[in-house]
Amino acid sequence: MNRFRVFAIVALVIGGLLTYFVWTTQANPESSYRFKLGLDLAGGTELVYKADMSQTDQSQRNDALSALQGVIERRVNLFGVAEPLVQTDQASAFSGSSEDHLIVDLPGVTDIKAAIAALGETPTLDFKLATTTTVGTTTQVVYIPTGLTGRYLSSAALQFGSGATSGLSAPQVLLNFNSDGAKLFEQITSQNVGQTLAIFLDGQPISAPVIQEAIPGGQAVINGHFTATEARDLVRNLNFGALPVPISLDSSSAVGPTLGSAAITAGVMAGLIGFAIIALFMIAWYRLPGFVAVVALAEYVAFMLAVIKIIPITLTASGIAGLIISVGMAVDANVLIFERTKEELHEGKTPREAVHIGFARAWTAIRDGHLTMIISGVILFWLGTSIVQGFALVFVLGVLASFISAVSLSRIFLLALVPETRSGAWKFLLGSGIRKI
Amino acid sequence: MNIATHRKIYFWITGLILAAALGAIVFFGLPLDIDFTGGSLMQVSYQNERPALSDIQNQIAVVPLGTVSIRAVGTNAVAIRARTMTPAEHSAVLAVLSQNTSATELSYTSVGPTLGGQFANKALWAILAVTLAIILYIAFAFRKVSRPVPSWGYGITVVTCLLHDLVIPAGFFAVLAHFTGIQVDALFITALLALLGYSVNDTIVIFDRVREHLARNEKTGLKEEFETTVGKSISETMTRSINTSLTVALALLALVLFGAAATRTFALVMLVGVIAGTYSSILLAAPLLIPLAKKFTKK
Repeated sequence: MNRFRVFAIVALVIGGLLTYFVWTTQANPESSYRFKLGLDLAGGTELVYKADMSQTDQSQRNDALSALQGVIERRVNLFGVAEPLVQTDQASAFSGSSEDHLIVDLPGVTDIKAAIAALGETPTLDFKLATTTTVGTTTQVVYIPTGLTGRYLSSAALQFGSGATSGLSAPQVLLNFNSDGAKLFEQITSQNVGQTLAIFLDGQPISAPVIQEAIPGGQAVINGHFTATEARDLVRNLNFGALPVPISLDSSSAVGPTLGSAAITAGVMAGLIGFAIIALFMIAWYRLPGFVAVVALAEYVAFMLAVIKIIPITLTASGIAGLIISVGMAVDANVLIFERTKEELHEGKTPREAVHIGFARAWTAIRDGHLTMIISGVILFWLGTSIVQGFALVFVLGVLASFISAVSLSRIFLLALVPETRSGAWKFLLGSGIRKI
Repeated sequence: MNIATHRKIYFWITGLILAAALGAIVFFGLPLDIDFTGGSLMQVSYQNERPALSDIQNQIAVVPLGTVSIRAVGTNAVAIRARTMTPAEHSAVLAVLSQNTSATELSYTSVGPTLGGQFANKALWAILAVTLAIILYIAFAFRKVSRPVPSWGYGITVVTCLLHDLVIPAGFFAVLAHFTGIQVDALFITALLALLGYSVNDTIVIFDRVREHLARNEKTGLKEEFETTVGKSISETMTRSINTSLTVALALLALVLFGAAATRTFALVMLVGVIAGTYSSILLAAPLLIPLAKKFTKK
């Protein structure tokens, strides 16, 4: 018994420390352990782009997608958003999607139009070889992708070259490739001397020079009949990165700040009230063990909140709902154990024996029940969209934590308190429900 | 009243409730939200009094969007559903709405049709996968039990209950959708999947007790009617089945009454599901083992 009392005190101290951690990190606005709020709570915009990989070779798609992510990330940073998030969702049999997506989260941005416009300025740059094919009597020009795209670009610059007939120098855009791009460019130009290498910007051919000779050194010039302003904007946009593949906006969502803060207040309210009602019920029905369960439940909540802060898990409205529901589920194991303990008491066991056996016998049902919940939680997470994952993550974590809390915490506390023999007030304290035991 | 002996009454009651729920689903249908079909959803709140819904409809008609559905939300907000809008169309709608009054956009969601279709597909697979995984797990957990019902018999019984536990909240949702205009969204699927994992819990508790009794009878050589064993198991575990569900129901009730508007329908569907799940565990799952046992012992 003394051993369990020491454990119980340690558990209480740890619980107190966790609560202190959760409280102080939340009270301090500078802390890096404040709750991370999802877009639906903090307000913000989520844009989902579809990456068009139809022109990209299967083996290149991974690279293209991560290059795309990098470019969009730079763009987003330019937009001046605190903690933006750019994620990719790759097409695969496992993820269940047949398209590559790019998910851009912009917390705090509620002007969806401005966000779309800022990201939409990112140009796609593509080099294609022109060949002519004859179909019947008509001759058509067909452009074949060379694999040289905007992702091999290291920088762009504005220059003025001769070429305009008026004698004035015309604005040109100078492209500098990175080392891989330079090699590729040299290879393409050396193998296709005399052919036309067209430069496509956002899917439109803007310049179609004929290759005179192999070009080493990784530099190319676009003569696109630009005005000076057009050329300057193009250079700026290219320098922030050109897209390796075309993207199109597939889904978007924006949540204003008022809806989010109302959801937080409501979530906290529902959580407090839910906890209070459950605590009242447990103490009224199960008396001393019920009180022990409530203490264990309070530790469970402190533990969950601390884990959510440390990992960190982004909280959404559905995640808060998951947390509150998991509080209701976490006491389930306690109910199973207490009911079992009561049965053992009926059979004439001493209180401590009954608690020991109660825990041991309730174990199989607790294990099976928790495992089926984890199975459904994991599959929920796979199902994917952020609102579902917000719930699933908290749900799975909650089930795991309730496993620990029920089989260790409640047991330690009960064994620290329950005496060898049942007499006097203990008869009442270990009883339950409305019947006398 | 012994549930095991009066099981036929409960089977009938269950059948009637199930028929009503299925009827509601077939009759009212389950309208799918933009998460599945693609499209856009806009929530707009008015600072002053909300104009009549038909007036708003007329205002929006200026923008060629096809069918637009408008539903009142709370006291001064509306939810507007239409096909996927381009950014230009979106700002045009916002502009016409705030023409004569001050309207603020609370939220805007637009889902492309391909993404929507993918989600519907995944949701179906997820429900199938969870159901299958649970049956397999139950069959495995009860593998040592063979008489008078083989372990996969427990699995089958669980599926029957799971079907019941899915159909009842879905039927409830169909009725709710018919009268309030809400639609099946990603959170509804989340509720169903979480329910699948949770409502099997009570069933497990009762089956666990049946398993324990069978093992003890075998050890002591006690010959007991299977019906008696099941009846005993149900009544012994009744309090805990109800109490475990009650704690979750209390949490859900707090969410329905005080929680965020975004999760209110979700919590309500789960509440109905938890009640249906408890009902099916006590009055359907274990009693179903008895006719199953008779089938197997006859052979």
